[in-house]
Amino acid sequence: MKRFMAFVRKEFLHIFRDFRTLIILFGLPAAQILIFGYAVRTDLKNAGIAVLDNARDDVSKELTLKLEASEFFNIDRQLASYDEIDATFKKGKIKAVIIFPERMASTLAREGNATVSIIADGSEPNTASLVTGYVSGIMNDYSATLTKGITSTVPLINPEVRMYFNPNLESHYMFVPGVITLILILISALMTSVTIVREKEFGTMEVLLVSPLKPWQIIVGKVTPYFFLSLVNVTVILLMSWLVFGLPVKGSVALLIAECMLYILLGLSFGILVSASATKMENAIFISAFALLLPSLLLSGFIFPIENMPKIYDYFSMILPPRWFVETIRAIMIKGAGFSYVWKETAILAGMTLVLMIISSRKFKTRLGEGKE
Amino acid sequence: MEREKVIEVKDLVKRFGSFTANDRLTFDVYRGEIFGFLGANGAGKTTAMRILCGLSRPTSGKVLVAGIDASRRPEEIKKRIGYMSQRFSLYEDLTVRENIELYGGIYGMNMKEIVPRREALLERLSFTSYGDMLIRALPLGLRQKLAFAVAVFHDPEIVFLDEPTSGVDPVTRRQFWEMIYETASRGITVFVTTHYMDEAEYCDRITIMSDGRIVALDSPSALLRQYGTASVEELFVKIARPQKNIV
Repeated sequence: MKRFMAFVRKEFLHIFRDFRTLIILFGLPAAQILIFGYAVRTDLKNAGIAVLDNARDDVSKELTLKLEASEFFNIDRQLASYDEIDATFKKGKIKAVIIFPERMASTLAREGNATVSIIADGSEPNTASLVTGYVSGIMNDYSATLTKGITSTVPLINPEVRMYFNPNLESHYMFVPGVITLILILISALMTSVTIVREKEFGTMEVLLVSPLKPWQIIVGKVTPYFFLSLVNVTVILLMSWLVFGLPVKGSVALLIAECMLYILLGLSFGILVSASATKMENAIFISAFALLLPSLLLSGFIFPIENMPKIYDYFSMILPPRWFVETIRAIMIKGAGFSYVWKETAILAGMTLVLMIISSRKFKTRLGEGKE
Repeated sequence: MEREKVIEVKDLVKRFGSFTANDRLTFDVYRGEIFGFLGANGAGKTTAMRILCGLSRPTSGKVLVAGIDASRRPEEIKKRIGYMSQRFSLYEDLTVRENIELYGGIYGMNMKEIVPRREALLERLSFTSYGDMLIRALPLGLRQKLAFAVAVFHDPEIVFLDEPTSGVDPVTRRQFWEMIYETASRGITVFVTTHYMDEAEYCDRITIMSDGRIVALDSPSALLRQYGTASVEELFVKIARPQKNIV
C-alpha cells in the first residue's frame, strides 16, 4: 500500500505540474458547458413569428399586441390560412406560428378557457423551446390579468405546443449529458492511455516493472487520479449547468454519480486497452479519438438525434457505450428516472466494462510479462 | 576463501518458441563484485538480464538471485535489486527530491527513512542546490549520476545497470564509474552491461555472450592473457562475433 501510495502521489504531481493537462482537465469542461450552454440559451430577441388569427376578436388582437410589444418577438406576418404554414416554415425566417382559434373571445367567455396553438420550428430545437416557452409565458400573464389576480389552477388560455419537423424536441437539454459523456471519455480513456503510453515511450515503465510494484498496481496507480478527477469534473459540470443555466438534476444525484462512475471505469478500461496496444502517444490519442471521441460526439445522440439516423447507424450505435450512457443520464437528469427505468442500459454498460476490463488486463499481462530482445 | 554468491545461475535456458535466446548459461556473481556482461546485440544479454531481474521466467535451469529462486518467486527478487536502464529513468517533470521520494516509496521506504537519507545523498553528490529543480532542467550528465544514485537508494543487494553510460560524455562516464566503484565498496554487487569495451576493463570479471551462450568468463586481464589480445575490444571482436553466420 505504501508503495502504491507513493506511486499515486507521483501521478498527481504529473497532472498538477503539466499546464496542458490541467487545461484539459478543468478548463475544457467549463469551456464546453459555457459554449454549449450559451448555444442553447441564445437570447431570444426579436424572433420572427407569424400569426394565424382565425378569431379576429378582442382577445386575439390583444394577445397579438402583447407578443409584438415584448422584446422577444417580431410579428413578421399575418397568415391568411393553414395552407401558408408549411411554406412559411420552409423559408426559415419564422420560428413559430401562433394560431388563435375561431371565436376565441366568445369561447373564453362561455367555457372559461380557450386553446391557442403554437407551432414551432423544431429543426432548431433550442430556439423552438425558447419561443414556445416565452409565448406560453406571455399567454399565462394575459390569463392572469383576465382572472384579475384570482389564482386559478386551470389557465384560461391553454397554449398547445406542437413542433414542426422534430415533434419531440429530443435534443433539448441534451448538451449537459453530452458534455459529461464527452469529458468523461476524454479524461478517462484518452488521458489515461496517453499517460500510460508516455511511461513506455520514455522508458520509465521498464524501471517500474523491475520495481516491486506489481503490474496491476502500476496500472491502477496510473488511473486512480483520473478516476477522482473525472468525478470532480462531473460535479463541476453538474454544478455549472445548475448554477449558470438552471438545469437541475431531476432524478437521484447519487444514482447519476454512480452511473458516471461506471462509465468512468469503462473509459479507464478502454484507455488501458489502448495503452496496451499503442507504443507511441500519438497512436494512443488517435485510437482513443477515433474509437470513442468521434462516436460519442456523432452517434450517441448528443448532437444528432439517433431517431433521425438511418437504421444502420442506429444499430451500429448500439455497440458504442456512449449511446447507452447518454440515454441513461438523460433519463436521470431530465426525466427524473429511477434505477428501475435505466437498469437495462446500466446492465449493458456494466457488461461492456467487464469485457473491456478482462481484455485489457489480459492484453496488458502479455505485453508486460514476456518479451524478446 | 569462499566468497558469498549473490547470483547463481546453472544451466539457464530460455526459449521463445523454437528460438533459444539463452542456451545453458552457467555463472556465479559474488557479493560486492563488478560483473560485466558483454555481447553483441541479439546475443541474449537482455533476455538473461530480464530473468535475473524477475521480469521473465527461465524455461529451465536454476537461477538464484539474492538467494531467491527466479522461477518461483520473481516478485521477491524485485524487492532486493536496483535497476537502471540505458534509457533515462527519472521523471522529468518531478524535482530531484520528488524522484528520490518516489523510488524510495516504491521500494517500501517511508518518508521518515527517506528524508534523512535523501538529504545525505544530495550532500554527498553536492546536489543539494539542485534538490528542488525539475529533472528536465538538469544537464544530462547530472541526471545520469542521479539516476544511478536513485537505483541504489534503497540499498539493494544487487544493482543491474543496462548500458548505463550510453550517450554520456567521457568525463561523466569517468565520474560514473567512480560511483560504481564506491557502490561496490559498500557491498552492493554491480551487474553491468555495456557496449564500451574500455569500460569492460573496469570490471572485476566479465562474461561475453554470443549466440545465446557464454563464450568467455573471467577477469579482463586473465582473458587477455588467455586469448593473447591487447585489449578487451580486440578480444570481443575475436570471440563475440557469431561463429556461425545465418545458416
